[in-house]
Amino acid sequence: MDALILARMQFAAIITFHILFPVISIALAWVLMFFRWRYLRATQPVDRQAWLAAYRFWTKVFALTFALGVVSGIPMSFQFGTNWPGFMERVGNVAGPLLGYEVLTAFFLEAGFLGIMLFGHGRVSERVHMMATFFVAIGTSLSAFWILALNSWMQTPTGHEIINGEFHVRSWIEVIFNPSFPYRLAHKLLASGLTVAFLLAGLSAWQILKGAAPLSAPKVLRVGLTLAALLIPVQIFVGDLHGLNTLEHQPQKVAAMEGVWETQRGAPLLLFAIPDEASRSNLAAIGIPKLASFILKHDVDAEIRGLNDFPGAHPPVAMVFWSFRVMVGVGMLMLAVSWAGWWWCRRCGWRPERLPRRLLWVVAGMTFSGWVATVAGWYVTEIGRQPFVVFGLVRTADVASTVPAPMIALTLALYVTVYLALLVAYVAVLKYMAEKPEDVIQADALERAQGRAAEALVEGGRS
Amino acid sequence: MTFDEALPVIFMALMGISMLVYVVSDGYDLGVGMLMPRATPAEKDVMIASIGPFWDANETWLVLGVGILLVAFPKAHGLVLTELYLPVMLMLIGLILRGVAFDFRVKAKAARKPMWDWLFFTGSTLAAATQGWMLGRYISGFGDGWNYPLFAAAIAVALPMAYVLLGATWLIMKTDGELQERAVRWARIAWAPMCGGLLLISMATPWISETVRERWFVLPSIIALSAIPLMTVILLVAVRALLGTPTVRGPLAWLPFTLLIVVFVLGFLGLAYSLYPYVVIDRLTIWQAASSPAALKVILIGVCISLPAIAAYTAFSYRVFRGKASDLRYA
Repeated sequence: MDALILARMQFAAIITFHILFPVISIALAWVLMFFRWRYLRATQPVDRQAWLAAYRFWTKVFALTFALGVVSGIPMSFQFGTNWPGFMERVGNVAGPLLGYEVLTAFFLEAGFLGIMLFGHGRVSERVHMMATFFVAIGTSLSAFWILALNSWMQTPTGHEIINGEFHVRSWIEVIFNPSFPYRLAHKLLASGLTVAFLLAGLSAWQILKGAAPLSAPKVLRVGLTLAALLIPVQIFVGDLHGLNTLEHQPQKVAAMEGVWETQRGAPLLLFAIPDEASRSNLAAIGIPKLASFILKHDVDAEIRGLNDFPGAHPPVAMVFWSFRVMVGVGMLMLAVSWAGWWWCRRCGWRPERLPRRLLWVVAGMTFSGWVATVAGWYVTEIGRQPFVVFGLVRTADVASTVPAPMIALTLALYVTVYLALLVAYVAVLKYMAEKPEDVIQADALERAQGRAAEALVEGGRS
Repeated sequence: MTFDEALPVIFMALMGISMLVYVVSDGYDLGVGMLMPRATPAEKDVMIASIGPFWDANETWLVLGVGILLVAFPKAHGLVLTELYLPVMLMLIGLILRGVAFDFRVKAKAARKPMWDWLFFTGSTLAAATQGWMLGRYISGFGDGWNYPLFAAAIAVALPMAYVLLGATWLIMKTDGELQERAVRWARIAWAPMCGGLLLISMATPWISETVRERWFVLPSIIALSAIPLMTVILLVAVRALLGTPTVRGPLAWLPFTLLIVVFVLGFLGLAYSLYPYVVIDRLTIWQAASSPAALKVILIGVCISLPAIAAYTAFSYRVFRGKASDLRYA
């Protein structure tokens, strides 16, 4: 393997690991606000207790997720220099301010107020604490705004001019609100909402199965399923719009997604195929005739441009083709599970003890489905941009670093090892926390007690 | 100097300040991390609690500093990070390990706690040592030859010691009782290596780089400049003296930490004087490395809005969590 593909793999590994956590924290921050609000509004003591327990437990999940997001985000700001030094040299005038704003407005808002949000309960007034939670939520969403503005610009660059090979900004409005940005932002924020919805529902279903958190789990399960059932149709609609936008601006990406080699009218929707770059054709293709044309252009005989129209300038096909199918497949599964689950739970009057255990198992099995769909979708769009780093203008190979391949391979191996271990630890700890929520709260009490003991010791030592 | 020419200087200053705040603020929490194995389990919890509300924001200063390097001096970012490829990766692994250990240790099964504590210590040490190494390589302009790696290795030992001292004085300020007593002992142990390291950097930098030599050792500037090393020596001696008196455990508990911050600021000023106007010594000036003035102006607007806000709520956060760190807990 050459240095370029290794550098790309390393970058992909680091960004894949990172995105798992922001995609949870963006929407979870708002869900925490909701729990807080329900707690303050509840009139029955039982309800108050339940919402408070839900808030406490999910704040812990948030803290853990956020910490992993912070630490996995630190390598990102280094990666541009270590892997793609040419990128900032060429497009630094565009990318720099967008990245700068991401760090300034968003990251600091989050990291700064997070301390108060996590540790400040009781030290500051309820209102200040609520505000801190709100700022953290705003911060996570703003992060997404700036990063996706830059990412979308790399996909559909507008508003710049090129002087001596260096990019200069002509209009910031055009750079930020480039053609694919609104679709990508909406698609991403909805993805975050769905990831969290299934995390809430899945972990709560697991708690109900294990008989843990009897007060809060049914309520959180309801919030999760309702959120999922509401968001998934919107997401399918927005995803379709995003696809049409891609077809307009990046036809070769869509050609790779659909596995269309030759330009053709009435292209079939391939359900299964093995795209083969060597023979430039699909092996073992099973498809529904004319459906791709219909979905993409809303006309069964419309023409879809094929990959062969873009010699040397289209993405690797198989990865994009399959990632797309994984994303859509998980999306359909989400639709089925959330609607069936919601309907079933409603019929049982939202009483978890009456729910069929098989249904709970299915919902629990979907806990991390949001991750799968998010990462698959991310691969579609990012691998689909290759071989360019700025679509149509700058090739990835031209901005790669000169670091020798073995060194990149070594650090790649190191990262993957650490990241896999952390991922296992994260999931294991979530499971442990879900099964023993009272232990985690007890650990709190223990910490407090130890603190008091230390204080008492001091008092004793002084007298 | 026109405004356009001054822009890179402004950003260099901003980057320098971010890095200084990072070194001081993450310095104390890395130091606390390195001291962990020497404490009892109960003390460990108090030590963690003392840095709990701050470490996220502390590490964000590194992102800001490197972020400014990335967005304002893209050419230097590429050059520096290509040179420091491996240590950067190791530092990041270290920061990742300690960052997650922090949260995992209270949430995971009790039996796993020692493992996370060990990772917290290892990650902190790895991050501090690689930072020292990188500082050494950076100051010497990434030179080749037998003396350069040796120099970097010496700083890779000295900087962690400086962090340990900083961490110990932080604990003196934030804790009470037996732990505070131990912190005083730890501080005394770390004091000498830190002074040695500082001395080494001050001696070796002019020896290695001719540019630095010419800038310091000429009349009359040497007379004016001698204020920096003199003040540093006085402050370090004062810190050592304080550590020997009982008042350091009472009303003056905050003083050693504060004095050390001043030492770091002085060291930073000395370094800035040595390097300016280079961003990579003898190779790249800040004007050669900077983005276009148009791009810098756009970023500057954001900086002018957000930096005061950041300063304000950092102050607010430290005020909320002032006092001894006895019973901090997650809400």
